[in-house]
Amino acid sequence: MVAYALQQLINGVTLGMIYGLIAVGYTMVYGIIGMINFAHGDVFMIGAFLSLISLTLLGAFGLTFVPLALALTLVLAVALAALYGWTLERVAYRPLRGSFRLAPLISAIGMSIVLQQYIQIAQGAKNKPILPPLPGGLRLMESDGLVVQVTWTRLLIVVVTLAVLGAFTWLVSATPLGRAMRACEQDTKMAALLGINVDRTISFTFVIGAALAAVAGFMFLLNYGVIDFFIGFVAGVKAFTAAVLGGIGSLPGAVLGGLLIGLIETFWSAYFSVEYKDVAAFSILILVLIFMPTGLLGRKDVEKV
Amino acid sequence: MSATNVAPTGTDDPGSRQLLRRISKSVAGGNPFADAALSALVAFGLFAALIGLRTDSGPVGLVLTPRPWALAGWVGAVFLVRLLVLLWRQRTRPAQAYAENRRLAEGLAHLSRLLAPALLLLALALPSFADRSYLDLGVLVLTYVMLGWGLNVVVGLAGLLDLGYVAFYAVGAYTYAIFSTQFGLGFWTCLPLAGALAALWGVMLGFPVLRLRGDYLAIVTLAFGEIIRILLINWASLTGGPNGISGIPRPTLFGLRFDASGGPDTFAGYFGLEYSPTQRAVFLYYVILALALLTNWFTLRLRRVALGRAWEALREDEIACRSLGINVTATKLTAFAIGATFGGFAGAFFATRAAFVSPESFTFIESAIVLAVVVLGGLGSQFGVVLSALVMIGGLEMLRNALSELASGGYLGPLGALVPDPGQYRMLIFGLALVVVMVLRPRGLVSGRTPSVALGRRREISAELVAEGRG
Repeated sequence: MVAYALQQLINGVTLGMIYGLIAVGYTMVYGIIGMINFAHGDVFMIGAFLSLISLTLLGAFGLTFVPLALALTLVLAVALAALYGWTLERVAYRPLRGSFRLAPLISAIGMSIVLQQYIQIAQGAKNKPILPPLPGGLRLMESDGLVVQVTWTRLLIVVVTLAVLGAFTWLVSATPLGRAMRACEQDTKMAALLGINVDRTISFTFVIGAALAAVAGFMFLLNYGVIDFFIGFVAGVKAFTAAVLGGIGSLPGAVLGGLLIGLIETFWSAYFSVEYKDVAAFSILILVLIFMPTGLLGRKDVEKV
Repeated sequence: MSATNVAPTGTDDPGSRQLLRRISKSVAGGNPFADAALSALVAFGLFAALIGLRTDSGPVGLVLTPRPWALAGWVGAVFLVRLLVLLWRQRTRPAQAYAENRRLAEGLAHLSRLLAPALLLLALALPSFADRSYLDLGVLVLTYVMLGWGLNVVVGLAGLLDLGYVAFYAVGAYTYAIFSTQFGLGFWTCLPLAGALAALWGVMLGFPVLRLRGDYLAIVTLAFGEIIRILLINWASLTGGPNGISGIPRPTLFGLRFDASGGPDTFAGYFGLEYSPTQRAVFLYYVILALALLTNWFTLRLRRVALGRAWEALREDEIACRSLGINVTATKLTAFAIGATFGGFAGAFFATRAAFVSPESFTFIESAIVLAVVVLGGLGSQFGVVLSALVMIGGLEMLRNALSELASGGYLGPLGALVPDPGQYRMLIFGLALVVVMVLRPRGLVSGRTPSVALGRRREISAELVAEGRG
């Protein structure tokens, strides 16, 4: 019983870290330009596909040293997904600043469909399985014939997430770029008047968000071993739920929300029903938005005339 | 466009600054070829891995197939499109573009006055000359016109972005499917029931989410739509699960069935006609035409009464509305309920036409298609919905038929294999259309608006003069 719960806890934390990484991208973009980047989940999916292709390519070239292959793949996926994030903002969102209220969201929905269909056309609609590059794991305990283990992949996910989040926190809190981002988040117009290049800061925000989503995509691929062009939709909505639960605009809140959503989803599927696990996440989204719109760590939104 | 664009803060190294300036000059300054080349370079970076290398399942794991020609094609397409856009932009100055935009809007408004009755006549007369395949296409287009008009009430008039509209469509379809197969009720009894149940769901969704801001509301409606779909999949005892419900009865005309048995209670038998399956197709066509026209008529009338005007006012400025004493809750709820009712009607029609429903027909993609139809037509414009449904649903379908005819007919010899299947690109085109319309003409095809109520003569108001408004 304890063993089962412990295993679920490990699974939930891993899943939660993936959601948290995606949620950071939602919350950053929302903090600065106040729009829901609906296509962010699909950037995560693109990151997973880039990782898939890179791993397969490196395998085809006969690279058998797994840590190097994983590191190269991660770098490549992050770099190219960042390019996707930049292009996305440049093509679909930047021309719409100052347009009417719903325009950026509609454009984002369009972009989400475009990215999904693009991958479906380019890579086919079938599931893409990979052989697990890191088999085995760390056995923690054994009881009632149930082995609790942390697979190497899961360990890697936790380590990489913590490292990436550490680097990201440093970037936001201690670099000029991070200062510019925080300034834009508080007041875009004032930041512009003080000489901050707002356009570039927003571009960077998208680039960083996409990079984090690509890390999440890479880890999703390693953990589950199979992806398809549609994974971005549900993962995106859940990560958005995580961002809202943590308090949209708050970066630690996004990670916290991600962990909570991951744990809730895992325990729900373990103890109640797997079929309705998405309903659990979606219901949380609705309930949080209705009863606690500022989330756990969010600021209160004042409506001004 | 970029109101907040301020001169870049200095890069410290003068050499890199100069380089930056030179790049930005060649990008923004004059040379469209350099800019297009840069775009192509970015496109190469984007497409190289995902288009240039295709993964397929091999004997062990995945195998990669390099596809340099596909990659070259896509990169070349980006280069050409970017170049054409830039050359076109160089040709037209902003003032000129503005004037052109206005002329186009006014032209379309004039056109709509002439074209709308002509289209209506054409729609009424279509069964007399069109063959079966065009009738089916007409039914499909009209279904989307009806859904578009229904969603237009919520999104276009009340300004509430609803991404889960398909949920109401599903409620309507399953209402008819369940009531007809379980309790033997007929289509005409179930139609109001489907509308009422969809409206009930609309209110149930609307009530809790009223306090939410525009984009939060959109996400919640999306989540709601997904919840309904998951329920339909998993509540197998009622909905048949993923297999859906089949054998749904067809509608009757005052009790006359449309089948081949030839008895006095069938349409053919009663009127002494030769039975043909086209009769049912024509009947279904007129049913959906009548339903769509009812939607349109109802919406147009509603817009003139206080409630409809309150919707439009709410879309423009919610706080002002509240301070003027408009009951925001009731106004939003009625918009949800009425939009949902039309969705429910359309759903019941969908169920009876296909004689089969399954959760697969009610995915988010379907909501997105309806939204695309509304957005492209111009939020709030009734005529715009017709135009965009004709172009996006009817036009694409005809293009698809024409191309597959071209590919399979052997007109091109071995080149036939190269003709793309537009079915594959359909949703890509929809998505791109959403983005392009938002960037170029955020107010859609028909963008000007005529006031619903006016003192004296009603005049077209240019889209530039209203904050959110269209229609």
